[in-house]
Amino acid sequence: MKRHLNSTLLYVLLTIAAALILYPVIYTFFMAVMSPEEASAYPPSFFPHSFHMANFTEVFEIVPIAAFIGNTFLISGLTMIGQLITASLAAYAFAKMEFKGKNFIFSMFVATMMIPWEVTIIPNYLTVRSWNWLDTYQGLTVPFLATAFGTFLLRQFFLQLPKELFEAARMDGCGHIRYFLFHVLPLSRPALGTLAVYSFLNMYNSYLWPLLITNSENMRTVQIGISMLEFQESTSWNLVFAGTALVILPSLLLLIFGLKQLVRGMAAGALKG
Amino acid sequence: MGELNKSMGLGTRSQQQTSSKARIRTGSLKIQRLRENALAYTFLAPSLILFVIFMFYPMIKSVYLSLHSTDPAGNVAAYVGLDNFTTLFSSGLFLQGIKVTLLFALLTVPVGILLALVLAALTHSKLRGMRIFQFAFSLPMVLSVGSSAVIWKFLFHPTLGMLNYVLSLLHINPVPWLTSPDWALFSVAIMTIWMNLGFNYIILSSGLQGIPDDMYESAKMDGAGPLVTFWRISMPLLSPTIFFVTVVSIIGAFQSFAQINILTKGGPVNSTNVFVYSIYQEAFVNFRFGTGSAQAIVLFAVILLLTMIQFKWVERKVHYQ
Repeated sequence: MKRHLNSTLLYVLLTIAAALILYPVIYTFFMAVMSPEEASAYPPSFFPHSFHMANFTEVFEIVPIAAFIGNTFLISGLTMIGQLITASLAAYAFAKMEFKGKNFIFSMFVATMMIPWEVTIIPNYLTVRSWNWLDTYQGLTVPFLATAFGTFLLRQFFLQLPKELFEAARMDGCGHIRYFLFHVLPLSRPALGTLAVYSFLNMYNSYLWPLLITNSENMRTVQIGISMLEFQESTSWNLVFAGTALVILPSLLLLIFGLKQLVRGMAAGALKG
Repeated sequence: MGELNKSMGLGTRSQQQTSSKARIRTGSLKIQRLRENALAYTFLAPSLILFVIFMFYPMIKSVYLSLHSTDPAGNVAAYVGLDNFTTLFSSGLFLQGIKVTLLFALLTVPVGILLALVLAALTHSKLRGMRIFQFAFSLPMVLSVGSSAVIWKFLFHPTLGMLNYVLSLLHINPVPWLTSPDWALFSVAIMTIWMNLGFNYIILSSGLQGIPDDMYESAKMDGAGPLVTFWRISMPLLSPTIFFVTVVSIIGAFQSFAQINILTKGGPVNSTNVFVYSIYQEAFVNFRFGTGSAQAIVLFAVILLLTMIQFKWVERKVHYQ
């Protein structure tokens, strides 16, 4: 009886929290289908009373949202793959290998984590400009292909893998490359998944760099595009929100897919099994 | 004598044998070690090369630029020594920026982590439907800062915004969310906490999931309640994760730019003019790369100091499994 009451209380608490957290997103989709009059009426309505799908087509006429989304997914995907490769390699070296200068290089890596990327933004901008990489995909991605954060995260995970596993693999004559590819990487799916989702979203979220180095409209990313929309159409909220809804829809789908992946990875229980 | 010779001979021979064996062993060990070194550096090379080009070189270049004045194209015009820095520190605007940034971190980091921790602990049970809540609490993570800021800009709208409307239903006077210098930073902080919740939640709950079930089972057998279990088992084992989230959150707070640019543009009356925003203004709006770099160097120094304090003080208390 007490347990029943407890779980009911838990559900109530969680539902309230979820409603509060989700509201801004739900609000977006409600506003996206409101007529212009309803969207700017006072008092604002909690639920839409009109259903104005034309907002979505109108938004495409104002700004090239499809190109924004395409660009953003391309650069986020490329950065994610790059970061997974560079970070897992470096993390393995730090976690499982002995080499000269390990401590020094590791502290150098940790030090880069303390360098906020914004601190280097002025010289990086000048570098990328001098290579004529402004308004290009390589300009948007290459500076972000390596990450100390990812290396740190994966190293922590690799360190937690049981030592016996490594010793057993060694006994069977397994070298570092084989051990890395066929033992460490498959066992690290949860950590790799976390880094993949994190690096993808980080790039997807990035704002300052794309703002600086893209000028032409067809190279802009979603982030810049959506705020452009706001500046252009500040009076018609419904259009702004239709654009925002279109922009967040793919990432919501990504979460549905990505969370499943994450949870499955965790459930696979690399460490428990 | 013969026997002695024999035994002596045996002795020397065996001595020779072991020493040559040892030599071979140290030789192959050396090769092995060299090979491991070479392999390790190959593994590190991609990251190292990228760091040198896009981190270390720019860091040095920033220092160089901060000691020079530049033309609007970014070319160095003259060596000015520490002038850029003295200009910065004599301007109240810059000191205000430091204060605003610190306050912003203080407003966002502790609340953000605590909230995520509570939610992660509450959803860490095998009850039905937890997947739905996990989805809900992770959701802000996938919303880009650009679109989140646009959404919240309208939630914060002084007359038409939903927040003030809800307050009016509760008979509370409307709050000048983004338009008053007293409220603007607080409002941006609310939005930022909401935005960071997803990431903090995912990292903390995957940390909780990493704690082996049998620990909980044996605690349960010993009759420990959920709170005791949480404090005695989850928290200590989770401390590396919490430590990690804290480091990342503080650094994140110092890097905030997009939400400031979209919501307030540093205003009103510079009340939300955080570090990165003023670097952006200086370098890419006013085209003063020299003073912009000087600010960047100060930002670096502050973050370095903070992170070092954190590592020194917090890591000592962290429990590694």
